[in-house]
Amino acid sequence: MKPAPFIHHVPKTIEEALAILAEVAPQDGRVLAGGQSLVPIMAFRMARPAHLVDINEVKGLDKLAVEGGKLVIGARVRHAAFHKNVVDGPLGKLLTYVVRHIAHYPIRMRGTFCGSLAHADPASEWCLVAATLGGEIIAKSKRGERVIAAANFFEGIMSTSLAEDELLAEARLPLLPADAKFGFYEFNRRAGDFAMAAALVTYRVAGGKIADARVGVGGAEDRPRRIPEAEAALNGKAAGDEAFRAAAEAAAKAVDPLEDVQTSGEYRRDLVRAVVRRALEHSA
Amino acid sequence: MTEKSNITLNINGRNHAIGVEPRRTLADAIREDCGQTGTHIGCEHGVCGACTVIVDGEPVRSCLMFAVQAAGKKIRTVEGLAKGDELHPMQRAFMEHHGLQCGFCTPGFLMLAVGVLEREPDISNEDLLDVLASNLCRCTGYQNIIKAVRAAAAEMRGAR
Repeated sequence: MKPAPFIHHVPKTIEEALAILAEVAPQDGRVLAGGQSLVPIMAFRMARPAHLVDINEVKGLDKLAVEGGKLVIGARVRHAAFHKNVVDGPLGKLLTYVVRHIAHYPIRMRGTFCGSLAHADPASEWCLVAATLGGEIIAKSKRGERVIAAANFFEGIMSTSLAEDELLAEARLPLLPADAKFGFYEFNRRAGDFAMAAALVTYRVAGGKIADARVGVGGAEDRPRRIPEAEAALNGKAAGDEAFRAAAEAAAKAVDPLEDVQTSGEYRRDLVRAVVRRALEHSA
Repeated sequence: MTEKSNITLNINGRNHAIGVEPRRTLADAIREDCGQTGTHIGCEHGVCGACTVIVDGEPVRSCLMFAVQAAGKKIRTVEGLAKGDELHPMQRAFMEHHGLQCGFCTPGFLMLAVGVLEREPDISNEDLLDVLASNLCRCTGYQNIIKAVRAAAAEMRGAR
C-alpha cells in the first residue's frame, strides 16, 4: 500500500505549472491537487504516475468569486470552502447542502472542487452539480485556454475531454435565479461513501406551473447528465406528487444504468426512480 | 527509487530534519522518520481515519498527504495533546466515558474531534455526529465515543 516512486514538481505560478505539465504529461505526468482520490489509487498502484505536478503552491488558483453572473471556482478551492455560504441566493444554499454529502470532514479539508471534476468519478457530487447546472470548465495549457461546457466534458468513467497537457484551472457555475428551488438526494449504504445514485433538481414556479426544470442524475450511469425526459415531465405541470412521480418514472426509464457485482442494472434503475422523486420532494 | 529531499517537519512544535522520497506519505514520515508512533496507520487509503493529524489547523488524513507537502507546516499529533502530565480534555473524556477499548483508532478520533472543535466550537450535535462518521472504530460501537466528544466539547466551550 505504498505509492510507486514519482518525481514531485512544485510550481509557484500558473505559467510554470503549464510549462512543466506540457513537458511531463507525455511521460505519464499528472496534476496533484487535493490528492484525496489520486493518492488512494496510487496507494493501490492502480495509478503510478512518473511525475506529479503539485498545484498546491500555485498562486492565483484560489479564486472563489462571482463574475458576470457566474460563480468562479479556482483549482485550489477545497470542498470545505462550501461549508459556509459562498454566494447569496439559491446557488449558495445548494452548494452548502450538497457539500455535506462529499466523503468526510477531513477529506473535505483537502479535496478540491476542480479536482473532483477532473477525476470524473460517476458518483461525484460536484460533477453532478456541474452537469445539472450547465457549468463551464476552463482548461489551460501552454497552447492556450479553452472553455468546455460540462455537457461536453464528462466522457465516461473517470474520463473527460481534458487533454493530457491541460490543467483544469477553473470551473464556473451559473447563478440560479432568486426564485429557483432546488432539491438533492443521494443514496449510499454508509455515511460518506460513494453514491449508488444521486439526483439534483432545480426549477422555478411561474403562474403555479413548473418552469425551467433541470433534472440531473449521477452515480447511475457512466457519467452524470441531465435527463430531458424527466424535465419534460415537470415543465408546465403543478409542483406536486403527481408531476414528481411522473418525472421519477421518466428518469428511471431513460437511464442506462451501470452494473457491478453487487448491483444489478434493474436495482440501480429503481434507485434512480427513488432519488429523483426524493430530490423533488426535498425541493418542495 | 527517486532522489530523497531534505525537509523539516515541525511536529508538536519540534523540528525534525529528515530525508524522504516524494512518495513517502506524511503518516509514514511521522512514524518511521520522526519516531512519533502515536499516529496509527490503518487502511493507508483514506478510509479509516486512524492516521488523522492536524496540519496548519486542519484535521487531515496523513496517509493522503505526502511528507514533502507538509514541510514548513505546523503538524500536531496525539503526542502533543497533553500538557505535561495534564491530559487534554478530549483525552480525559475518552477515559471517563469509556470511548475506547483496543485504542487503535483513538489517536485518529482524538485529533479529528480536537481539530474540528477548535475550528467550530459551536458545532451542532447533528454536524458533530456527521464528523464522527469520518473515522472507523471496530470495538466501541461509537456510542461512548460520541458521549466523550460531546462532554469534551462542552468543557472546551466552557474554557473559552
